[in-house]
Amino acid sequence: MVSRREFIQAGLAGSAMLAGSGLGSIGRLAAQQRLSEAELLRFEPLGNVTLIHVTDLHAQLVPVYFREPSINLGVGEAKGLVPHITGKDFLAHYNIPAGSPMAYALTSEDFAALARNYGRMGGFDRIARVIKSIRAERGDRCLLLDGGDTWTNSWTSLQTKAADVVEAMNLLKPDAMTGHWEFTLGAERVKEITDSLDFPFLAQNVRESEFEDRVFEPQKMFERGGVKVAVIGQAYPYTGIANPRWMFPKWTFSLKDDDVQKEVDAARAAGAQVVVLLSHNGFDIDRKMAGRVKGIDVILTAHTHDALPETVQVGTTLLVATGSHGKFVSRLDLDVDKGGVKGFRYRLIPIFSDAITPDAEMAALVKKVRAPFEADLGRVLGKTDGLLYRRGNFQGTFDDVFTDAMLQVRDAEIALSPGVRWGASLIPGQDITFEDVTNACAMTYPNCYRISMKGSQIKAVLEDIGDNIFNPDPYAQGGGDMVRLGGLTFTIDPYQTSGRRISDLRLARNGQALDAGRDYTVAGWASINQGTEGPPIWDVVSTYLQQKKVITPRPLDAVKVVGAG
Amino acid sequence: MAQRAAQTRRETLIAGMASFAAAAIAPSLAFADAAAVEAEIKKLYGDKKAEAGRIKLDVPQIAENGLVVPINVEVESPMTAADHVKSVHVFADGNPLPGIVSYKFTPESGRAAASARMRLAQTQNIICIAEMADGKLFTAKSEVKVTIGGCGG
Repeated sequence: MVSRREFIQAGLAGSAMLAGSGLGSIGRLAAQQRLSEAELLRFEPLGNVTLIHVTDLHAQLVPVYFREPSINLGVGEAKGLVPHITGKDFLAHYNIPAGSPMAYALTSEDFAALARNYGRMGGFDRIARVIKSIRAERGDRCLLLDGGDTWTNSWTSLQTKAADVVEAMNLLKPDAMTGHWEFTLGAERVKEITDSLDFPFLAQNVRESEFEDRVFEPQKMFERGGVKVAVIGQAYPYTGIANPRWMFPKWTFSLKDDDVQKEVDAARAAGAQVVVLLSHNGFDIDRKMAGRVKGIDVILTAHTHDALPETVQVGTTLLVATGSHGKFVSRLDLDVDKGGVKGFRYRLIPIFSDAITPDAEMAALVKKVRAPFEADLGRVLGKTDGLLYRRGNFQGTFDDVFTDAMLQVRDAEIALSPGVRWGASLIPGQDITFEDVTNACAMTYPNCYRISMKGSQIKAVLEDIGDNIFNPDPYAQGGGDMVRLGGLTFTIDPYQTSGRRISDLRLARNGQALDAGRDYTVAGWASINQGTEGPPIWDVVSTYLQQKKVITPRPLDAVKVVGAG
Repeated sequence: MAQRAAQTRRETLIAGMASFAAAAIAPSLAFADAAAVEAEIKKLYGDKKAEAGRIKLDVPQIAENGLVVPINVEVESPMTAADHVKSVHVFADGNPLPGIVSYKFTPESGRAAASARMRLAQTQNIICIAEMADGKLFTAKSEVKVTIGGCGG
């Protein structure tokens, strides 16, 4: 349903875009008037249980721009299904008007122009306001659940070993959480934090590798609105592969339907009327799991950063996808009786930072934890002429900055940058600060190595990572997006089988084919191996930006995608 | 590190490509294939055909660490004198040698279940074959991916 007001808004956004920055401020004023807090929070309550879901905040305490992907291919059974629909197709699928607030929040369409109108999204103080407001309305019916990737990937969280985010989260008073990047703080620090929390860190699939003892509680039973709700935690099952295992050497992670089924059965045996899987599997794994494990009412998905304005239903299981970087809070009202879930109502609440009043208590806390680092965070390194972003299956414009920086500063022929899905965007004309750089690379294994690799090894690495992204079986996917490359162009057919996806590898500087037997100097960062040497990547990128001063994004033509599956 | 041009094995490992590099650096090592596993099974059971079913083969779909991959095998059986599992053999079709482990069971075993840790050089199939007291054979197969990892998230 499209209201006339939304059409007017869409028109305004369009004209702002065409007329350039001169009309941008008028568009923005209109946008802010339309985006009232009451409107964003409007929800006709239903039933006796309210699940509130936040996930993949990536330690972003303050609002950010975050462009959703324009390419997010689905393979196997997921081909053509949400969340593998992007841009105009996504808008058409959900009947969202182009240029509307939700079009800005959920897609990459006209992102730079709409960002001027609708502003940044997220921020812990706005999230706190929304959660407090839902709690005020729903009282003891609420469960606040955090899907993980909460504690890491900002400069302040790296410097405080997540103390800043943990303090902020404690103020939100979650009922439970699970995790993934949290583990990159190292086993000792994770245990130190989880032992101090007033709520459980749930992970049924993390065990001591030797005797398979549990490391965390697998599930917890809550009573909300007179209803027994079991929450089962599922940490990212491939943490030990995707991230440095040496940081948590005694812990093993698993992806086993049977183990999840056992937890569901135990919850039902203990009287659960609602069973929730607080999952960090990633959407496609969760969709498959929903069809194989019986008796889960709700899967709160995470990891793959998908934001969907409606739930996805598999049998009787509802899948919720809340997005990332604090852009959204999910509210799912459930009507439950003795026989189970009878009805539901869902809203993906967009956190427009200009429209939602900051919660004063949280705003003060965020200010306090950032204060010691403000000078570093605000340090301007350069400026961008165009939109800088990372998210998408293949190289984004911000990735080009990282790979160019490595080629130049580390004097390499080829650069590799990981396809992580986090990292905020920058809009045209924005200063690039140290905070902006670290939002895209703050991690505990940042060393920018410089090594020699044979052409054949580079090809093998690309094939291996390609199979992690595009294996048709989601249980065989390792997560993330395709590795980003500098100095090299290639063709990829995502629908091919393992070892046959990558072809036509060429050096960008002269168009010469990559020689399988020749050694190339390669720079990269985020190696999962212990003892990696080299300066932290933020120093490399900072040096480059200070030399370059102004970034003008170039067309993204290094990766050619072919094949139709 | 920046000054050195020559590639050492350590640097290769640091690059985050342990498994592939290991395979590429040791071209003299011959790897088994599906035919080698078939030959091993033929040595044990001749041309007798194995059917699918009864075996629950539990291996990870992606190995967390190729050097120690957990495997759990259980064969459904009443384990009586007349009807029990006599033996279970596990093979891998991409390691230098196809044999992984063999187990013998008797009715006194109670259950035909066993666990082990295996080392896998690369992505490959794990093939399991169980012989019953009446001579019938059952088989199960599962692929385990061995990957260089990284980039998650």
